[in-house]
Amino acid sequence: MQILVDLFFTIATTIWDVLPIAIIIFGFQLLVLRKPIPNLRKIIGGFILVLLGLGFFLEGLEAALFPLGKLMAQQLTDPAFIAADNVGGIIEWWDYKWVYLFAFAIGFSTTIAEPSLLAVAIKANQVSAGSIGIWGLRIAVAIGVAIGIALGVYRIVTGTPLYWYIITGYVFVVIQTLYAPRLIIALAYDSGGVTTSTVTVPLVAALGLGLSSTVPGRNPLLDGFGLIAFASLFPIMSVMAYAQLSEWQAKRSKQPPE
Amino acid sequence: MKLLKVALNSFLDSLRDLLPIILVIGFFQLAVLQQPIPNFDEILLGVLFVAIGLTLFVQGLNMGLFPIGETMAYAFASKGSLTWLLLFAFALGFGTTVAEPALIAVASEAATVAALGNMIENSEASKVSYAFGLRITVAISVGFAIVIGVFRIIKGWPIQYLIIGGYIGVVIMTIFAPKEIIGIAYDSGGVTTSTITVPLVTALGVGLASSIKGRNPMIDGFGLIAFASLTPMIFVMAYGMVV
Repeated sequence: MQILVDLFFTIATTIWDVLPIAIIIFGFQLLVLRKPIPNLRKIIGGFILVLLGLGFFLEGLEAALFPLGKLMAQQLTDPAFIAADNVGGIIEWWDYKWVYLFAFAIGFSTTIAEPSLLAVAIKANQVSAGSIGIWGLRIAVAIGVAIGIALGVYRIVTGTPLYWYIITGYVFVVIQTLYAPRLIIALAYDSGGVTTSTVTVPLVAALGLGLSSTVPGRNPLLDGFGLIAFASLFPIMSVMAYAQLSEWQAKRSKQPPE
Repeated sequence: MKLLKVALNSFLDSLRDLLPIILVIGFFQLAVLQQPIPNFDEILLGVLFVAIGLTLFVQGLNMGLFPIGETMAYAFASKGSLTWLLLFAFALGFGTTVAEPALIAVASEAATVAALGNMIENSEASKVSYAFGLRITVAISVGFAIVIGVFRIIKGWPIQYLIIGGYIGVVIMTIFAPKEIIGIAYDSGGVTTSTITVPLVTALGVGLASSIKGRNPMIDGFGLIAFASLTPMIFVMAYGMVV
């Protein structure tokens, strides 16, 4: 029962990681605020559930999805696989078509499973009194991450400088900000940062590393980075686009038919 | 009986959240790479663990992380001491980031890149000290980000001016930073915010915005994470220039 032993260690590591946060919270609570915490037992119960939950979550990912996902990233970027249908021997950017599709699909699907995005979506749903749907937000963010990672992979294949894409992205974000509904702006900016954590980062990092070590002329240490940056930029645009679309739809359905 | 039903429902929700990953990995393995799925029962057990974990996490979120974040926001607002609130904001940002495993991994990779690019001496000792310095830099930058973010909520400033100002900072730094560091700097924005920090910081922001008169929790309460993913980019590039 190796997996149970591993589970125990993963939970222990999670507790260790959470310790600084717990010390800060309870330290300020006891020394500065000096007020009893309402429902203290429930809150401690909640912390324990979060720790156990993250332990199970991370251990399950390590046992099942990460090894297979990382192996897959390696196999898909392997020159033998890329050049399989290519008789001429010269590899063009289009020969990486399966890699783009994989990048898109893995970006979308890992984002849907990302716990911190779920947390923000639940909160946004509560705060907006239901007008921002949990699934609507999650899917909008996931599409953004999917497009971002696919484009990031294209960048590694073609070897163009990272900052061109990121700075162009910033210009788009600024323009969209001018036209987006005010209520969504802060949430959209937040969704850039929350998307990339526990599930997405290890798989995406494996993809970047696999690609940059097999594409001729790329250096894994220099070109392997940057996918996370794409994954944190594109959701900002997709969430604002989602809000603009729903606003436009609401306006159109209000207009009387002519 | 009711509790069991709720638990089962949220477990099924978690399984549904995982379904896309399972489909994607299954499709690529069977249809594209045309290979069998290895260790099938181990993978099944792993998926079960992930679903259990997600279920427990969501329960704990609503019971523990959200309420404590909001309770503290209300308590600070009623105490009325800006200094303590900002100090708490800094401690929360710094403390949650400095021990973040993803950051530790990125920092040590960055040290390897720096050594290869001859920015630092290629020895174990100088790499360790470079990585440590980078971690502290990022943690300070996140602490600083939460301080600015909290200050913005109190003042009610529109977020876009600050974020766009940050973007301009990133662009200017990109021009001057050594090119080896740019990729790592851009990535460091995304990896700093962990699964426990995000709900806590979000609840803090929303709690503050709803306890201060004239603030809208939707417009003013969100945005703390956005600052925390922007400032590390600027600080890491600055670190690359100085060290």
